[in-house]
Amino acid sequence: MNEAGLFAGKLVRLTAEDPETVAKPYAEWARDTEYSRYLDSNPPYTFSAKKWKEWLEKDMERENNYFFSIRTLDGNKFLGFVALFELHWQHGDTMVAIALGERDYWGKGYGTDAMNMMLRYVFTELNLRRVSLIVFEYNQRGIRSNEKNGFVIEGRTRGAMLREGKRWDFIWMGVTREEWLKIQETA
Amino acid sequence: MSIQTQLFESTRLRLGPIDHEKDPEVESRWTHDPVFLHGLGLNPARPLSPAQMKKKYEAIEKEIEESHSTFHFAVRAKEDDRLVGLVRIEWIEWSHGAGGLKLGIGEAKDRRQGYGSEVMQLMLRFAFEELNLYRLSAVVGEDNIAGLALLKKFGFVEEVRRRKALMRDGQCFDLIHLGLLRNEWQPVEESQL
Amino acid sequence: MDNPDLLKGKLVRLTAEDPKVIAEANVRWARDSEYMRLLDSNVSAPVSAKKITEWVEKDMEKDPPPEYIFMIRALEDERLIGVIGLGGNFSPHGEAFVGIGIGERELWGKGYGTDAMRVILRYAFSELNLRRVVLDVFEYNPRAIRSYEKAGFVHEGRVRQYLHRSGQRWDLIFMGILREEWMASHPDG
Repeated sequence: MNEAGLFAGKLVRLTAEDPETVAKPYAEWARDTEYSRYLDSNPPYTFSAKKWKEWLEKDMERENNYFFSIRTLDGNKFLGFVALFELHWQHGDTMVAIALGERDYWGKGYGTDAMNMMLRYVFTELNLRRVSLIVFEYNQRGIRSNEKNGFVIEGRTRGAMLREGKRWDFIWMGVTREEWLKIQETA
Repeated sequence: MSIQTQLFESTRLRLGPIDHEKDPEVESRWTHDPVFLHGLGLNPARPLSPAQMKKKYEAIEKEIEESHSTFHFAVRAKEDDRLVGLVRIEWIEWSHGAGGLKLGIGEAKDRRQGYGSEVMQLMLRFAFEELNLYRLSAVVGEDNIAGLALLKKFGFVEEVRRRKALMRDGQCFDLIHLGLLRNEWQPVEESQL
Repeated sequence: MDNPDLLKGKLVRLTAEDPKVIAEANVRWARDSEYMRLLDSNVSAPVSAKKITEWVEKDMEKDPPPEYIFMIRALEDERLIGVIGLGGNFSPHGEAFVGIGIGERELWGKGYGTDAMRVILRYAFSELNLRRVVLDVFEYNPRAIRSYEKAGFVHEGRVRQYLHRSGQRWDLIFMGILREEWMASHPDG
């Protein structure tokens, strides 16, 4: 088994970073409300880098904290994060969230590659059975990226968000270990 | 319905606060029944001692106070003030008007008595006419027949089916999300409950 | 399937108890050095109720719990007779360590431990969905070895001459049970 292969994909690698290093980029990306509105249903807000550092440090103390930073293989640029939450060991199911803060890297396959590596980690290292995620109805790029990684739409939380005077659904997507393994075979 | 309507009282039940002295022992007993716990969440069913329950209640009230996005009620029988269950509206996102609903009747002998329906009626009224929520969600395992029936009776519709997301007793079950929009909700006549 | 009697066996039931109750019982049992030497490879020494209470209260703070520890009560008279628990890192491999102690000596060899073990195995395999459960037992505790064999554990190996007690050397015996093995012998859970 190739150990380096778990954390390095085609375009990006997954890393662990000190809260000190990444707090500032997170705080700055939060000023881009398009980024915030793809990532979070909470109203966008500009917390300080200090606050971000506190949150990241607190997260590190938690059990089952699988939070990876994403860096480009070429140039080592810090792009964003991919992380697990609501991980239920005894059910073998987890949720995943991903966000790329660097707009120049949107729509170029970086997010898809990072998510694929997280899936590989979840299925071959954590031995979980399936992964769920929520993507917002207006995030077409996100939906397409997830489909490329084998996620299937499992339903919609209707009108979960009111933004720009319009109601939007949460789209729930899921992929099972068998489905993901099949894709890897044919890839 | 008017301002005079009692939001927290039905024919046989009353919604109210936690009794930190008396309730821990009662709910500790309930937690020894995995059926009760499975109906409330995804964590492994794990019994809690009265001391652990007491700590949990303290954490709940702290969360209610600090987050402003949770409402937790103890459900008691009016007749003898006996603790019968609990109900919560939680994870409220005020800017979207969305919340989640959880309900549990503690003792097996108190289930199938219609208490769930009475509580549901009160909670939906509270959610839609006092909290002014746009929608409520409830998450239930495919194997929770009683829970699914209660939700559907009040108009909840299946929205998401997370395939085989639950594993219990060596079997896999789907995890179902149901939703009810305010504009779909019809208060049920108390006599019809 | 959804079994309200998940924590009940034929002779015992597993419960969650307040720290004071746990401390009192454990302190009482710990005065019996034979009990302690069968239970634990650590040097047998008395421990205070205050210390045990502190440990239990500290564990209570953690979520998820680091271990699943239950007290054992006899069904016939609700008497507190012992303690049993699952520990270790369950993930990602899906294995737990199990440990049991029956503190009331007059109940040794009467099936209470075997019954409690069956209940916790059911919990491990049907609630926690683990893949295997493992334990270690001392060579000088044949009563326990027989009980574990009855509960379905299979010998997996020995750490030779690990223990040194009463002037002799003893092996530490490892036994394990796989989920498939348990399910095959308990089709109804």
